[in-house]
Amino acid sequence: MRSSLISKRLLIILLAGLLLPAMQAIGESRYVTKNSKAASLDSCVAPTDEIRRNHMDFLQHSRDDTVIDGIRGLKYSLSECIDCHASRDSSGQAVSVTSEGEFCQACHGYVAVSPACFQCHRTTPAESGGGDSLGYHSDAQTHVWDVQQPAGRQRD
Amino acid sequence: MSNKSDQPSVDRRQFIGGTVAAAGALTLAPGVILHAASEKGKAPSGASGNHRWGMLIDANKCAEGCSACVEACNNEHGLTGFDRPATDAVWIRPVKLKDKQTGHVNRLVMMCQHCEHPPCVDVCPTNASFKRIDGVVLVDRHRCIGCRYCMMACPYKARSFVHEALTDQSVNAPRGKGCVESCTLCVHRIDAGVMQTACQEACDKEGHSAILFGDLKDPNSEISRVLKSRNSVQIRADLELNTGVRYLNL
Repeated sequence: MRSSLISKRLLIILLAGLLLPAMQAIGESRYVTKNSKAASLDSCVAPTDEIRRNHMDFLQHSRDDTVIDGIRGLKYSLSECIDCHASRDSSGQAVSVTSEGEFCQACHGYVAVSPACFQCHRTTPAESGGGDSLGYHSDAQTHVWDVQQPAGRQRD
Repeated sequence: MSNKSDQPSVDRRQFIGGTVAAAGALTLAPGVILHAASEKGKAPSGASGNHRWGMLIDANKCAEGCSACVEACNNEHGLTGFDRPATDAVWIRPVKLKDKQTGHVNRLVMMCQHCEHPPCVDVCPTNASFKRIDGVVLVDRHRCIGCRYCMMACPYKARSFVHEALTDQSVNAPRGKGCVESCTLCVHRIDAGVMQTACQEACDKEGHSAILFGDLKDPNSEISRVLKSRNSVQIRADLELNTGVRYLNL
């Protein structure tokens, strides 16, 4: 009786010892990397819990709207995820979000998910700015484009 | 409530419902989300059927030895080659046409002709090849399985296949191994309200002005006025594809 109690306690301690570091890793450090723009901000475009649970659905909706219907400037944008969450190394170079321990890889590696996003999408912020630089946003009017508008096309 | 999704029910995750609604999207049912508006309260408009984007290329003005448009296109869309001309992606390419009887040589640029009735869309088994409502023919790489039927079907040989894994793509044109691709008529610029393609910009800069981009549905646009006043041709007009790219002096 006594020995089984001890073994149960030991087992619980052992389990807790194993689980705690894993939970800490996934719970705190892994979703924002140091030296990224995101590390200096209070929250993501939506509450962290929501983003962590649903980011794949948000991005999937946005991608179809953008590719098929040409709707840009949506709230959820993969290029902006990367602009904000890619960390920078000591020389200021952006580190790929899919390299070991970085923003995307850390969680996806932990849960053994292999998203196909980065077969096509770049994994570092674009040198000349990301989605923002394309004027995708509804405040695009503030961008000054040194180009002609064809007659009859009003920019709204 | 019938629920075929593997998402947790709204009851269990009511806090999400509140936050999603606050974020401008509406949760109807688990896994079903309506996007209401962009974060700044202005609904993004997207492509419109009131336009049909097209191009007019003047073969007389296309200068011998010039490849400014090709370089601009490669630069704009991050098309990097591997020094393997047989398989490297080409979205726009100069072509020489020689009349064997007279020896007269025409030079023009060939790219996706953005057909009204695109054969690539007809043959695509996954609906990855599609025509946007404003007439731009595109490949949805999220759906493309790389079968290359569209490449076989295209009478203009306008499409390329990405054979190798890529990194550091342009944000203008995410692209990767195993997908077919072609000229997008610079949709990222159209959607941003910039009514000039990269190739036209480069051609104008070189002083040739052989490429004119514009709205074929707008009778007052420059391209429509030129098309009305001058005799342009479609390449392989016999196929009755009603191409969006037309040629002058051919």
